[in-house]
Amino acid sequence: MIYFDNSATTVVNQQVLATHIKVTEDIWGNPSSLHNLGNKAASLLNQARKQIAEVMQVQPSEIYFTSGGTEGDNWAIKGTAIEKREFGRHIILSAIEHPAVKESAKQLELLGFDITYLPVGKDGRVTVEALAQAIRPDTILVSIMAINNEVGTIQPIAEIGHLLENYPRIHFHVDAVQAVGKMDLALGANSRIDIATFSGHKFHALRGTGFLYLKKGRRIAPLLSGGGQESNGRSGTENVAGIAAMAKALRLIRTDETEKIAKQREIHDFLHQQLEQLPNVVLFSGCNQAQQAPHILCFALKGIRGEVMVHALEKEAIYLSTTSACSSKSKATSSTLGEMNVPTSLAECAVRLSLSDESTMTEAKQFIQVFQQLCQTFSGIHS
Amino acid sequence: MIHYDRVMIRYGELSLKGKNKKSFINRLVQNVRKTLHDFPEIKIYGERDRMFLDLHGANSAVVIERLKDVFGIQSYSPVIQVAQDIEQVEEKVVALVQSQFEEGMTFKINTKRSDHSFYMDTTEINHYLGGAVLRNVEGIKVQVKKPDLTIRVEVRKEGIFISSETILGAGGLPVGSGGRSVLMLSGGIDSPVAGYLAMKRGVEIIAVHFYSPPYTSEQSLQKAKDLTAKIAAYSGSIQFITVPFTEIQEEIKKSVPEGYLMTVTRRMMMRITDIIREQQRGLAIVNGESLGQVASQTLPSMVAINDVTNTPIIRPVVSMDKNEIIEVAKKIDTFDLSIQPFEDCCTIFAPPAPKTKPKLENARKFEARLEVDALIERSIAGLEVEEIKVGQDSSAAAKADFMDLL
Repeated sequence: MIYFDNSATTVVNQQVLATHIKVTEDIWGNPSSLHNLGNKAASLLNQARKQIAEVMQVQPSEIYFTSGGTEGDNWAIKGTAIEKREFGRHIILSAIEHPAVKESAKQLELLGFDITYLPVGKDGRVTVEALAQAIRPDTILVSIMAINNEVGTIQPIAEIGHLLENYPRIHFHVDAVQAVGKMDLALGANSRIDIATFSGHKFHALRGTGFLYLKKGRRIAPLLSGGGQESNGRSGTENVAGIAAMAKALRLIRTDETEKIAKQREIHDFLHQQLEQLPNVVLFSGCNQAQQAPHILCFALKGIRGEVMVHALEKEAIYLSTTSACSSKSKATSSTLGEMNVPTSLAECAVRLSLSDESTMTEAKQFIQVFQQLCQTFSGIHS
Repeated sequence: MIHYDRVMIRYGELSLKGKNKKSFINRLVQNVRKTLHDFPEIKIYGERDRMFLDLHGANSAVVIERLKDVFGIQSYSPVIQVAQDIEQVEEKVVALVQSQFEEGMTFKINTKRSDHSFYMDTTEINHYLGGAVLRNVEGIKVQVKKPDLTIRVEVRKEGIFISSETILGAGGLPVGSGGRSVLMLSGGIDSPVAGYLAMKRGVEIIAVHFYSPPYTSEQSLQKAKDLTAKIAAYSGSIQFITVPFTEIQEEIKKSVPEGYLMTVTRRMMMRITDIIREQQRGLAIVNGESLGQVASQTLPSMVAINDVTNTPIIRPVVSMDKNEIIEVAKKIDTFDLSIQPFEDCCTIFAPPAPKTKPKLENARKFEARLEVDALIERSIAGLEVEEIKVGQDSSAAAKADFMDLL
């Protein structure tokens, strides 16, 4: 089996799973309980938070545990809107944000907020100039993803941060779900990023885990009210086993990160170069290091619908997806490709290949062989 | 990063202390050795006027950082040692200036020569090295009076010694040079500060904590230990003694009127502390009492409590404002720990309205209802003693506990 759908989800690491099982069996107390069982769970939770903060080079008090990317995005967007509604009701997003961001904003639109969608160029990136023009006195939030989940473009986060230095009151949220282990996202006191969303299952932790980075001094209203867990930011009994497992997964993924990124980049470049040579194949992802994530490759074989290609590859035990996993079951074509002005007929043919740190060059070579054969098989069909 | 070969330490008030000087220096040597316990390669020479550390390759940055907390050090200078070779001196001096240079800085070279057989004299050396710095460090100027940077060069038989920085030490007296005392450590803001200040004056501390489970939690005990680990930075390690106090508190609660609960409780604590002091051959008791903050801290209250012993009671924070105490607590990094909300021995049975002016006779009278000696004997029989070293706090323990999980 060749699993090239790591942007949808990753396989859980064995050591991470071992932690999850052990904590579930042994440290199952509620961290809020006063007794020993509770204390032990609280102590582990605390230590997991410290470790994550250390790995991300931020303060432990800046880490809030969530159920994953969707919750993090919802919280960042709606939490900012509620918290800062007295100061303004204008929000700026890129047009290629994940649905968790876009749909959150749409809900706010119904409540009277004003949303500006920044267009992207053919290269799939927003520009700082466009953002500068979109900012208004009543802008309260700018939300731009670090790495696009469909095409893998790296957005100009540092440059945007630089621009936003001039607008200290605007919250800057970065959906970093695809970024862990793929790029160096600078957080902390010297970064302009105020909020960043992370999801555990994209880096070999379990589904239902994630964390939000919220810079010290910034405030967002809670979405989940209740017992006051997570410093009153996110109520609900903590998923201690999931959190401990995620802390371990994060440490593991970030160990030797530079080497892991380089390896994925090498495979990515190889695939890019091979696919480029094939007739009727169109690549939507580039291979410029600064602008393209090392793990996502979006392309199409003209005339063959993405869905057909996914199933054809599946027969050969190769797994990838039609653009994002979220939109692949509904018939919708990729919104990112649409924003990049790719014609619908071509966008319908797009597939997304996504690597992890465990992907190998051998797998990539096998994939190319199989794909070449498929191209030949299909060559009678498209004209 | 410049690597240094030696550190020269200047003694603080030590220089004044005539006859005792030798024992003071020995104590400081011991304390420095304890602080640098994980660098066995370092040789320490406690000479009459100065102390020298020969680092023998030990990480000088770590050593320099650790020495900041050692009481009895007025100031210290990291030193580079080279052979009697002016070119080697030149190379090191230039590197040293480059590492510290900031826009617009001035400097001078200050050479001393105890080995007069060296072929250059001090003026020649000053000129030679000054010229080298001017050539290699762009924008720097020479200034003889009050330069920003003074490079000291000392030519001796065994080599040439170069230093530039003088780092301010913690001052005070070497911990232990002033004898041993017992600190009553609650877990609040004041008592760790009191302990720190006593240590600064050369007093070795043994920490005593009163523990009343289930009225006080294990976390409150852990908090007291974590505070001890913090102030252990100033002496290397501290003995921590846990006193079982539940029975005594329950008995007091049963027999003593509310207004005198606190006074009698404190009298019992003082008695027990005094017995521990005697066992440990301490000379005094240190506590965190200050005047007038809470009902227990009025002068009449002090009289009623102090009544149980003739042992000197040192109250280092007695005349400080709360804000002044907090400032010190923040400096020694105990404040954030101290304000964690756990019940401790001082708050748990706190009556709604303690007497601000308890009468000594009343305190004695009410206390007579207790079997004082028997209660104390049982408590003393249950003492637990452990040694807490710097860095040995609960977060380090948690880190170790969960290492395999995380």
